[in-house]
Amino acid sequence: MGTEVNSILPVLAVMVSAAVVPILASSRSANVREAWTFVAAFGKVGIVLAMLPHVLRGDKLSFEIAPVFPGVSLAFRVDAMGELFALVSSFLWIVTSAYSIGYMRGLKEHGQTRYYSYFALAMSSTMGVAFSANLLTLYVFYELLSFATYPLVTHHQDEEGRSAGRRYLTYIVGGSIGLVLPAMLVCYGSSQTLDFTPGGILANSGLSRFELGLLLFMFVFGFAKAAIMPFHSWLPAAMVAPTPVSALLHAVAVVKVGVFSILRVLGWVFGVALLGNVELGWLVGSVASGTIIGASLVALTQDGLKRMLAYSTIGQLSYIILAGTLNSGFAWKGALLHIAMHALGKITLFFCAGAIYVATKKERISEMGGIARRMPLTMSVFLVGALCVIGLPPTGGFISKWFLCLGSLEIGQIWPVVVLLTSSVLSAAYLIPVVYKGFFGTGPDIQGEGMREAPVWCLLPMTVSAAGCIASFFFPGLFLGLAELIVRG
Amino acid sequence: MTSHLPALVVTVPLLTAFAAFAAGWLRPKLCFPVGLTGLGITAISSILLLAEVLEAGTVTYELGRWPAPWGIVYVVDRLNGVVLAAISLCAFIQWISSRASVKSQFSDRIGAFYGLELLFVTGAMGITVTGDAFNLYVLLEIASITAYALIAMGGGRAPLSSLNYVFMGTIGAWFYLLGVGYLYIMTGSLNMADLASILQGMRSSQAILVAFVIIIVGVWLKMGFFPLHGWLPNAYTHAPWPATTLIAPLMTKVMAYVMMRLVLFLFGPEYSFGVLGLKDVVVWWASLAVVAGSVIALSQKDLKRMITCIILIEIAYMVGGTFLGNRSGTTGAIFHLVNDVFMTLCVFLAVSSLAFRQRELDMDAMEGLFSEMPFTMGALVTGALSIVGVPPTCGFFSKWLLLKGALEAGHYEFMVALILSSLVCLVLFFRVFEAAYFGHGERSHGHHRMREAPLGMVVPLLVVAIGIVALGLMSGKVISSIIEPALPRGVL
Amino acid sequence: MDRILEVVIAKYNYWIYIVLMMIGLYGVIAKNNLVKKIVGMSIFQTAIILFFISMGMKKGATIPIIIHGQEASVRASDYINPLPHVLMLTAIVVAVSTLGVALALAVKIYKEFDTLEEDEILEKIRKS
Repeated sequence: MGTEVNSILPVLAVMVSAAVVPILASSRSANVREAWTFVAAFGKVGIVLAMLPHVLRGDKLSFEIAPVFPGVSLAFRVDAMGELFALVSSFLWIVTSAYSIGYMRGLKEHGQTRYYSYFALAMSSTMGVAFSANLLTLYVFYELLSFATYPLVTHHQDEEGRSAGRRYLTYIVGGSIGLVLPAMLVCYGSSQTLDFTPGGILANSGLSRFELGLLLFMFVFGFAKAAIMPFHSWLPAAMVAPTPVSALLHAVAVVKVGVFSILRVLGWVFGVALLGNVELGWLVGSVASGTIIGASLVALTQDGLKRMLAYSTIGQLSYIILAGTLNSGFAWKGALLHIAMHALGKITLFFCAGAIYVATKKERISEMGGIARRMPLTMSVFLVGALCVIGLPPTGGFISKWFLCLGSLEIGQIWPVVVLLTSSVLSAAYLIPVVYKGFFGTGPDIQGEGMREAPVWCLLPMTVSAAGCIASFFFPGLFLGLAELIVRG
Repeated sequence: MTSHLPALVVTVPLLTAFAAFAAGWLRPKLCFPVGLTGLGITAISSILLLAEVLEAGTVTYELGRWPAPWGIVYVVDRLNGVVLAAISLCAFIQWISSRASVKSQFSDRIGAFYGLELLFVTGAMGITVTGDAFNLYVLLEIASITAYALIAMGGGRAPLSSLNYVFMGTIGAWFYLLGVGYLYIMTGSLNMADLASILQGMRSSQAILVAFVIIIVGVWLKMGFFPLHGWLPNAYTHAPWPATTLIAPLMTKVMAYVMMRLVLFLFGPEYSFGVLGLKDVVVWWASLAVVAGSVIALSQKDLKRMITCIILIEIAYMVGGTFLGNRSGTTGAIFHLVNDVFMTLCVFLAVSSLAFRQRELDMDAMEGLFSEMPFTMGALVTGALSIVGVPPTCGFFSKWLLLKGALEAGHYEFMVALILSSLVCLVLFFRVFEAAYFGHGERSHGHHRMREAPLGMVVPLLVVAIGIVALGLMSGKVISSIIEPALPRGVL
Repeated sequence: MDRILEVVIAKYNYWIYIVLMMIGLYGVIAKNNLVKKIVGMSIFQTAIILFFISMGMKKGATIPIIIHGQEASVRASDYINPLPHVLMLTAIVVAVSTLGVALALAVKIYKEFDTLEEDEILEKIRKS
């Protein structure tokens, strides 16, 4: 099944964000500073790509940083799932950095140096989570990510930011210290290890069904970054952040870290077999389903575009968790694919939302009637992103949803399919009207102004990510390959 | 020279104290370098001593070549070896960092102030290194009396707070002495190792029981363990900053060491945990103390007072951890002791830097501090994260062990208290950071120019902050090579 | 009644020190005047000193001074135990230093607040 190869590459990928130092040092010259960000982003992608051939062969790259407790150390271990997540996030960092330039400069935002430095730190922490070999390392980087993203969420340093920041930390750090930490301890206490092992480490732990269930709940709700209801309200609140932050972090990095962590717990700490044996999978599955439907319904009521997208994200994340509870190869493939597909789609949508704000200062959907006349490119890109999130061809979102449905049919469960289809319909219900309104509607102050698109630095990245949505429909091979490896293992 | 290390770690600060006093009369400018040299030698000696203990095992030093149990012996094993190193490093760093502050506040009495500080370090080192129960009392009083004087040197309310500390501290220390007297009557010995072996045969004696209780109560009083903590908030808050930054990280932690030494080695784990069913009662009480400390800290508006009250929480952790009675708990308590020296030092040094620049420490004055004093605030964040228990700072790892010990011992209330207090500390520090980050709601565009504290304050502070993270990353090695083998055999 | 008297008379030294210690503690805790508190503290310390000294006593023993040249024929039970006395020399020194520090603090407090009554001082602090 492949060998363990000792390699320093994972560490390097994380450490790329030591680029923070030159970023801080070049705070006087905006161009030099942004150049450093690109150097770091490309460097990170490069290192992640360098690891790809090994991972595709089935090898696992590992590196131990320091032993801390008997049986537990701070260590990295790159397997296909981590590589997939790392690929998606690092690639999207490049795209987002370009977008940030357009956005931050277009709005003449303050504190840009701080913004880019903490962004780099946040991306490092994300890499750290992706490559973690055990729960403890994951916890370390999870926490670091929470604190690294706080200055980004509260960037505007106004009253809104203050309360959003408080809510952010309360849910996320409160969840991790209050729920995940004791849960980790119980795991360690019963199995003497925290390493991620295929098949889980709790199989012979002697814990009763009730205790396992409690543990599962503590993990699922403790990793509040996954925004499972009712611990989800930090996410819409965090939309006060600048849009690139919302785009990359809250559509891709932070929330996917939460989901990634839960998947790791489901598959590598509990083990899908154990979940099936004690029949706990359905418990988490129902909570996830509730979140999916609930979030989609709330999204329908939102007038703020970013808030609507936030609720959409909450729903979409729970797809992944729902799939993770099903003991089916197809379902897991779908889950892993969805990490990538949803990221591409959602980031496209957020980019569009931000572009609209930069060009027209509009945030409310009700005011966006006829906006396609001014910003046709943006709205077309929005359409692509919407298709991806809804799950229609020719976008990659279709493929991941297809696998999810196949997966639940494979094990004879009908209700996940029902939930998925319902929520797809609901997604269409809240996304398509935006497109429709934009192209065919009329709205305030659209007075034949002619085309006035967003800045180029915004347009290019969103076109790239939209292209990614479509490309991943036609060429899903890479993601499928990585997902395959995980499912086999 | 190495064979005299145990004596050096006490005599060097002592002689340096007199040299500092003398320099204060003759040439005040020399006080600082004299003390720096002395503390530097002490720090190096204690590190060498620790290395020697790690290599060769317990080091025994007979003062005046009088053999135990008639003479006084200094005994250094892994437990006090690491504590000695921590104390001397802490004192050394604090000495450098407080220079500007001392110069501005005590330039007319600089010899006296520095001399007292060095005597305090002498006392602290002596308490840790001695193997004789009465000798411990003597050095305890040296440390205490110098602390009383140092605290009283602040103006305003300081003398009254110090006098209250005098009263309670004296009661605590003399309770300890009384308990030692009981032990002497029953065993005829004052040497700790000797007492330990004699006491093994005296488990059922009522006098020994009374001695145990009186000694522990006295030690708890000096440690600031709820509800015997009343002297602590006032004394540390009203003391002048250079005094607080020295005393706060050290005094209570050294007393915690005394408690561990007595409970684990003198009376022995079987006795200490078994008698009176003490194990469970004390852990329950410690959980209560943790919660009480959290509540007290939450209600403070002044930043200095707030961080002082956090000490109450940390001390309760150590008491609870020791009395959990299992390996994880005890290891956690010992590691937490070492960590807490540095965490407390970091936080207090950071806030003292803030006070040096700002003078006012209420929340309104915090506005824009992140831009004005980025390094100080960065170090404060690190110290705060360590107190909350966020990896990879060292505070996380000791808390993990304490939690594990509580889980294994079935003391879920202690687990709950630990987690609750972590969240409370998060809130406590977050209030400060939010105020510093946001200001008054107007958009602060980061236009505050950087106005850091002097280099002599910032550099040691950064060293401690980095040390906290390094200690955390190295915690595996520290625990396995130093702390785990330090535990006595009776702890399961 | 007889039994109690027996116990009291046999161990009278312990009873004395306990009573003294309680008086001292009462002084420290309950008295309002700072100097009275200091006196209480001193009594408390003295009680413990007396306890130590009393423990060295032996029936029919004399003070521990050995005449030159007669070391060989010394029997330990003829002489009272000098060790507690020695320990208490140190303790007395400590007590005196503590007393000195406490009185110096009281002088400082008096200079600042013009009174030595604790409640008045706290009142003045609250007002300021």
